[in-house]
Amino acid sequence: MADALLDVRRLSRRFAAVDALKAVDFSVQAGEIHALIGPNGAGKTTFIHHVSGALLPDSGSVHFAGRDVTRLSMHQRVRAGMARSYQITNVFLGLSALDNVVLAVQGRADAGSSFRFWRPVRDETALFDDARSYLDQVGLSSKTGVVAGQLSHGEQRALELAMALATRPQLLLLDEPMAGTGPEESARMVELIEHLARHVTILLVEHDMAAVFRLADRISVLVNGQLICSGTPDEVKNDAGVRRAYLGDHL
Amino acid sequence: MAFYRPASWQKPLSLLLLCAALALPSALAAFGQEFYIGFATRVLIFALAASSLNLVLGFGGMVSLGHAAFLGAGAYAAAICQQAGINEALLAFPAAMGIAGLFALVVGAISLRTRGVYFIMITLAFAQMAYYLFISARSWGGDDGLPLNGRMTLAGFSLADDAALFYAAAGLLALAMLFFGRLAEARFGRTLQAIRENETRMEALGYPVFRYRLVAFALGGAVAGLAGALLANLTGLASPNLLQWTQSGTLLVMVIIGGVGYLYGGVVGAAVLLLLEESLVGVTEHWHIILGLLLLAVVLFAPKGVAALFGKRRG
Amino acid sequence: MFQLILEQALNGLQFGLMLFLLAAGLTLVFGIMDCINLAHGSLYMVGAYFVAAATQAADSFWIGLAVGVAGAAILGLLLELALFRRLYQRDHLSQVLATFALILIANETVRAIWGPAALMLNPPEALAGPVEIGDFFYPAYRLLIIAFGIAIAGLLYLLVAKSRVGMWVRAGAANREMTEALGINVRGLFTAVFVFGAALCALAGGLLGPLLAVQVGMGESVLILAFVVIIIGGIGSIRGALVGSLIVGTVDTLGRALLPTLLRATLPADAASTLGPALASILIYLLMAGILFFKPQGLFPARA
Repeated sequence: MADALLDVRRLSRRFAAVDALKAVDFSVQAGEIHALIGPNGAGKTTFIHHVSGALLPDSGSVHFAGRDVTRLSMHQRVRAGMARSYQITNVFLGLSALDNVVLAVQGRADAGSSFRFWRPVRDETALFDDARSYLDQVGLSSKTGVVAGQLSHGEQRALELAMALATRPQLLLLDEPMAGTGPEESARMVELIEHLARHVTILLVEHDMAAVFRLADRISVLVNGQLICSGTPDEVKNDAGVRRAYLGDHL
Repeated sequence: MAFYRPASWQKPLSLLLLCAALALPSALAAFGQEFYIGFATRVLIFALAASSLNLVLGFGGMVSLGHAAFLGAGAYAAAICQQAGINEALLAFPAAMGIAGLFALVVGAISLRTRGVYFIMITLAFAQMAYYLFISARSWGGDDGLPLNGRMTLAGFSLADDAALFYAAAGLLALAMLFFGRLAEARFGRTLQAIRENETRMEALGYPVFRYRLVAFALGGAVAGLAGALLANLTGLASPNLLQWTQSGTLLVMVIIGGVGYLYGGVVGAAVLLLLEESLVGVTEHWHIILGLLLLAVVLFAPKGVAALFGKRRG
Repeated sequence: MFQLILEQALNGLQFGLMLFLLAAGLTLVFGIMDCINLAHGSLYMVGAYFVAAATQAADSFWIGLAVGVAGAAILGLLLELALFRRLYQRDHLSQVLATFALILIANETVRAIWGPAALMLNPPEALAGPVEIGDFFYPAYRLLIIAFGIAIAGLLYLLVAKSRVGMWVRAGAANREMTEALGINVRGLFTAVFVFGAALCALAGGLLGPLLAVQVGMGESVLILAFVVIIIGGIGSIRGALVGSLIVGTVDTLGRALLPTLLRATLPADAASTLGPALASILIYLLMAGILFFKPQGLFPARA
C-alpha cells in the first residue's frame, strides 16, 4: 500500500480507562470512496478526529500523501490537502452562503495571506468568483446571497460541503453527511457525493447503509475501537465478524 | 454575534463628530470653560484605550482582564523616552506602541494557550505582575511613578497647550478608528470575527487560529500603549496606578456599556462612563455605589450594552 | 539563618493555608457553575469587617469570629439568591461586569460605614505572645492559624473526597449536565457551595485580620493571589487548590524574605537592591507562567 493517499498505522488512543482506538491499521487509496461504518460508540468520530488532527493519538502514525502528519495540527493538515465536514452542521449562520465559502477560499495557501488589514474583502472579486464555483458544484448557485441561517437543513449540509471543497482538498473526510436529512435530501446528497468523487478522494463515515453500499468502493468496519474488516462491499457483506457485530442491527 | 457591517449613517456621523471635536476647544474657550478641554482629552484617550480593547474583546472574542497593563506600559515607555532625551512624540509614541505591543505579544503567547475563565484570570494575573514590577522598580519612581518634564512635541509643535494635546488626541483617535473600521471589513477582521464565532470551523478551513488571535491581541496592546503615552502627556505622570487591575476592569466596563463588537463601542462607553463619573462625583463621594448599581442594571436588563439599545430603537 | 528560614517557612505555610480557604470556595464556584466571581475577595473583606465589628461589640475574638462568619454566610446566601443565580447561565463577560460592579459597591459601602481608615483587630489575649520551642520563638497566634488551616483543609478534604455531597460537588465540577440529568438538585447544591465559600472567605478574613490590616481594598490583592492558586492547581479541583495554595504561599513568603539576601550574595549591591524586591514580588507570576506553559490546564485538571 505504498501509494495509499491516507495511511494510518497502529493508531491507538485511550480515554481514562477506555481504549477508544486499538492499534487501527487503515488506508485510503487515491481516487476511491472509502466508507467507515460501525455501530454507535465504535469510535468512528474519534477516528476521524485523529485523522483530521483535532485529537492526537497515544501511539501510531498517520501518513498523508506520503508525508508523516501524525503530529501536525488540524490547520496544517488542511493546508496539506485534507478537508472535513462535520456531523453537526457547522457553518457561519450569520453570513450569506457566498460569504461562508469566501472564508474557506480565503484560508487557502494560494489565496495569499489573510494578514491584510486595509482592503475590504468585498472588493476582492477573485475570492468571490472562486467561491461561486464551489456553490455551483453543490447546486447552491441560486442561494448565494441567502444568509446561511435561512437555508434548509439539506442546503446547509451542501454549503458545508462547498466550504470543504473550497479548501481544494485531495482527501475529503465526510462525517455523516446524511445525518438529519430527509429521504429526498439524502438522495440528492448521494448524487452530490458521487459527482464530487470524480475529482477528490473521499473517506465517508455514515449510518445510512443504503447510501454506503451505493457509494463506497471499499468499506471498513470499526467495532469497539478495532478494525474488524476492510474490503469491497460484497466482502464486507459476507464477513462473519461483521454479521456478528451487526446482528439484528442494520444488515 | 453578527459580523461587523457599517451602517449607512456611520460615515457622515463620524465626520460630523470629528468636525464638532475640532471646534470644541474654541467653543469651550469662548464660554470660558477651558477647564473642560482637559476632561475632553481624557475622554478621547480612554476612547482610544477602550477601542483597542474592543478589538481584542469585541472582534476577537478574547475576554482580557489585563488590558491596563499595556496602557501603563505605554505611559512608562513615553516617560522613559523623555528621560532618555527623546521629547518628540513622532518617535516616543511609536516606541510606546512598540513596547506595549511586544509586551502584549509575550502575554498573549502564553495566555492564548488557554480558554474561557482561565484566559480571564491569566491576563489579570499578568497585569498584576506588571503592576508589582513597576511599583518595586525604584529607578522608575516606584510607588510614586515616573513624572514627565512637561509635555512632548509632535512634529516640532509643542503639546504644552491643552488645546494642542486635545487636537493630537482627536487626530490619533480618528486615525485609529479609521484603521479599526477598515480592519473589521478586511481579510484580517473577517477572519478574526469568524474565529470568534466558531474557532474549530476556522481551524478546519486551514486557518492558524492562534496566530490571528495573537496578532489581534498584540495590536490591541500596541494601541493601548499609544493611549498610555497620550495619558502620560496629559497628566504629566506615568503612574503604576494605570496598571492596576481596577483600571483593566474599567476599560472592560467601558467596552461593555458601549457595546461589545460595535466599531464605536469603546468610544461611546468611554464617553458615557467618564461623563457619568464626572457628574456623579459632584453628587456624592460614594458615587461608586451608584455606578455599581447602574452596572448591575446594565448586566441584568441591557446585556448588549448601550449601543445595542440605540440600535434596537432604530429598528 | 536557619531560624529565619524556619520562621519564614512557617509563615509561608500559614499564608498558604489561608489562601486555600479562599481558593477552595472560588475553585468550586468556577468549576461547578462555570462562573467567574471577581467579588470573592469582597466577601473576604466584608467578612473581615464583620469579624472586627462583632469582636469589638462582643469584646471576644471567638464570638466575633463566629458571628462574622455567620454574617458573611447570610450575605453570601442573599447574593446567591438575588444575583448569582441569574449569572450562572450568562457569558463570562456579564459575570465579570456584574461582579466588578459588586466590588465597587462593596468597597464603597464599607468605606461609607466604617470609614477609610483601617480597623484594628486584636488576637485573643492568651495567644498574643510567642511560643518557645527550644531556642526558637514563634507567635502563638500564627501557630493557631496554621492549626486551624490544617484542620479545615482536612475537613474540606473529607467532605469533598468522602461524603455524598462531596461526590455530587465533584461530579458537578466534572460534568454539570450529567449530574443534573441524574436528578441531583444542582440549584440547591450551587447555593450551598456558594454560601460555604462565603463562610470560608470570612473565616480567612477574620483569622488574618489581626495580622494584616482590615481595610478597604484588602480583598482585591488576595483575590488575584487566589486566582493564581486556582490557575496553578486547575479549576474545580480541591486538591489542586490545596497544592496551589501551599506553593504560592511558601514561594511568595520565602521569595520576599530570602531573595533579596540571596541576590546580595551573588550580585553587585546596586543591582541586587533594584532587582531583589522586583523579582520577589513577581516570583509567583513567573511560576504561574512557567506551569501554564507546560500544563495549560493546571496541575490537577478536574475536567478531562
